[in-house]
Amino acid sequence: MVRLITHNMLACHVKNCTKDNFPLSFSDVELVVRPAPENLEFIQRFLPKLDWSALVDTARSLGDESLPEQMPDQWTEEQLKALHHVLMELHVEEGNMTCRGCGHVYPISNGIPNMLLAEHEVGR
Amino acid sequence: MSISLPTPNIAHLTEEDYEHVYEPAEDSFILLDALELDAQLIRGDKPTICVEIGSGSGIVSTFLSQLVGPSSSLVLSTDINRYACEVTLRTAKANQISLNPILCHLLDPLSSRLRNKVDILVFNPPYVPTGMTELLDTQHQKDIGGAWAGGQDGMIVTDIILDQLPDLLTPSGKMYLVTVVQNKPLEIIRKMEAKGLICKEIIKRRAGRELLSVLRISRELHQ
Repeated sequence: MVRLITHNMLACHVKNCTKDNFPLSFSDVELVVRPAPENLEFIQRFLPKLDWSALVDTARSLGDESLPEQMPDQWTEEQLKALHHVLMELHVEEGNMTCRGCGHVYPISNGIPNMLLAEHEVGR
Repeated sequence: MSISLPTPNIAHLTEEDYEHVYEPAEDSFILLDALELDAQLIRGDKPTICVEIGSGSGIVSTFLSQLVGPSSSLVLSTDINRYACEVTLRTAKANQISLNPILCHLLDPLSSRLRNKVDILVFNPPYVPTGMTELLDTQHQKDIGGAWAGGQDGMIVTDIILDQLPDLLTPSGKMYLVTVVQNKPLEIIRKMEAKGLICKEIIKRRAGRELLSVLRISRELHQ
């Protein structure tokens, strides 16, 4: 269950891949919607941790158009509920995440993103 | 004052699971006890992002999620072992919470985005002193051996994270780290203080041959 809140924290980490390494692009996804307990206070607290444009682009790529282009200064309850849905309730169970910079593909299977790299790809 | 929390249910895990995933033992339980001891402190900061490195069975991530409130925080759980990621998901489910396992080495795909964003970081590292070959083999095999083989002083894997720590924590952020006496906790404390962090041994006990302790590393001073 790769939720978009988790996806917003994942970047490509292949050696020397520093340009366009975030956000990773989804493809061939199996998307599941699962209701999650709503805690809008948490959603609000999470705002400064988000990369907003990455989130909006990713949600749109999965067919969810509910988020505004710019992060609102003042949030309505309705907007926060929409954000809760996008962050917490959309789960990518299967599919791929591809780096727009280097093309590396990170597969997701059984809801687990495989972010491991081969020895020669590791930057450390 | 400490708060008493139930130990997560792990009755669904089988002998077969424990062939590939580290079975919770004294070093897991001392970490739960340390978190429980600090429960009020942790809750008081309203942690938004919590991360466990090497979640194994998922018992610590589950406990942490319950401690901070399952819908009040994002708990990310990494492990280099695919079985561990799957078992972590099952343990979350068995305890009616949601965890977010990521199959990766330490924080590799997260560290750029998590810069100064981690409120709580928890790590029960491979702390057993071993030869370098055993460390490299077990990290390469990505199975249960990666749960303990720690190389020189049992510190090779831990040191990678301690070096990143000043860039990861929020101003009120804290790391909880399991150590054994062979890791030279006093040296760790000195080293972290040299990086401008505050490091304190908050719990210590003997379990069989091991003298275990948990260090709390933070930017701010706590009692």
